[in-house]
Amino acid sequence: MTTTHPTMSQIERYAAGDPGLDEASVWAVEVHLEDCGDCRARLAGATTVDTRTLIDRVAMNLDREIAATPVPAGRSRPWSVLRHRWFVGTLLPWLAMTATVLASAALLGELWAGRPSLVLLIAPLAPLPGVAVAWHRRADPAWELIAATPATGLTMLLRRTAAVLAFVIPALAVAGARTGVSLALMLLPCLAFTAATLLLGTLVGVRRAAIGLIAIWTLVVIAPSLAAARLPVVLAADSAGIWALATLLLTVMALLRVNGLRRLTHHD
Amino acid sequence: MMRAVSAAETAVTTHPWEVHAEGLRVRAGRHLAVDGLDLALPSGVHGLLGPNGAGKTTLIRALATVLNPAGGRLTLLGHSVDSRSDLRSLRRNLGYLPQHFGFYPRFTVREFVGYMAWLKEMPKAEVAAAVQRSIDRVGLTSKADARLKTLSGGMLRRAGIAQAIVNDPQLLLLDEPTVGLDPEQRLDFRELLRDLGTDSCVLVSTHLVEDVVAACTDVLVLNVGRLVWQGTPEGLTMQGDQGDAGDSPAERGYSAVLRRHRAEAVR
Repeated sequence: MTTTHPTMSQIERYAAGDPGLDEASVWAVEVHLEDCGDCRARLAGATTVDTRTLIDRVAMNLDREIAATPVPAGRSRPWSVLRHRWFVGTLLPWLAMTATVLASAALLGELWAGRPSLVLLIAPLAPLPGVAVAWHRRADPAWELIAATPATGLTMLLRRTAAVLAFVIPALAVAGARTGVSLALMLLPCLAFTAATLLLGTLVGVRRAAIGLIAIWTLVVIAPSLAAARLPVVLAADSAGIWALATLLLTVMALLRVNGLRRLTHHD
Repeated sequence: MMRAVSAAETAVTTHPWEVHAEGLRVRAGRHLAVDGLDLALPSGVHGLLGPNGAGKTTLIRALATVLNPAGGRLTLLGHSVDSRSDLRSLRRNLGYLPQHFGFYPRFTVREFVGYMAWLKEMPKAEVAAAVQRSIDRVGLTSKADARLKTLSGGMLRRAGIAQAIVNDPQLLLLDEPTVGLDPEQRLDFRELLRDLGTDSCVLVSTHLVEDVVAACTDVLVLNVGRLVWQGTPEGLTMQGDQGDAGDSPAERGYSAVLRRHRAEAVR
């Protein structure tokens, strides 16, 4: 392959910024200069005294600034850490509280043998404080900025709810291990209540939905069960199938109504 | 209603409005802060003026899709906005600087802008260069790796502007962007605004009339939730006379527009 070098006259006109040199020629000269050291040297020789003075001054200033600037910091912190910082700072205290309540329930269950399992009774409510906080605008300083981004909605719904469940489910499994209750009966109501909170949340706000469900479950199921000292029918061993169906239905309905969660200012 | 260009008249043309509202109503809490607003904005820099409580922030929040319209029609970048809209593709092209924005104090400027770029679902390969470019554009290059909690108010404001423009938005909404900026930074910011307005629609809410006159191609005056005047900065200047309140012809023009609107409202 042969290379055609620009003529000296072209280089001189390029160096002088001649407006008569058409755009295609300027472009051709520039592309050639990128690869051809000889022509760059010819260009340097073709510049005027004024231009050389300017280039020297800029180079000197640059050298001085580079020398004065501190050495760049090392690699910035990995994204995964940043993305989780909100989770650690805001959500973790609530999840720690949930874990403490579950541990206390398990301990009380040990002491009160013969009574209905406290862990089983409160299992449906375990993720709700975390879900409510994950969706509450006051819990996130950059909430107003985030609310105008495309990530608000399904992406954030799945991410934040999954973060809560990833913590609560193992905690429930550990707390319920010694109660002898099947894991399915512990986890399915927990998932169903999470989906119900999100579904109701599209209407009245997630925080209010969580508070409402906690209040209703406590009054209608937990209090009577403790008073009567027996498990309610809704948590009987053969109700797992119904809970599975309810979980599925509520999840599908919550996902269908996810548009309601795209704007969080409605109620929260 | 006094304005140089009527949104209702121009709405029937085939102009590709970036923002188009008809009878828009938006609530701020229980109060109807925007009440029957007609608006048509093409590309360019639009200055939004109005006294306190005029509904400027509520309007900007509705245009940023943070608040739901309570009534009327709103179309942004060709997307109809209502409670059932899928706003995802629209929001990828939005830039928004709220009046008061919260931030994560331990993030650096670069991390903050990068985090917002990620939330705006920008292609991963473009994020680092886009973040650097937007930080350079607001003049925070030397502070790119400083934590937000160490920045001054003006610098934080500029970091806020950087996150708003990181995705090269087609619709940029800035609520009081010049608060906390010193005079030199305000001049730089006006330059940036003019640059941004060449190929996107920028709406700047401010109470500084001189910023609007210097940097905007179009002025909107809002009062009690309605658009009471729209026209060029020169047109605004011509509205006033020596008897009106203000230190400059534009401020006197702005005062005159409000005074006439209030007089009309009383009648």
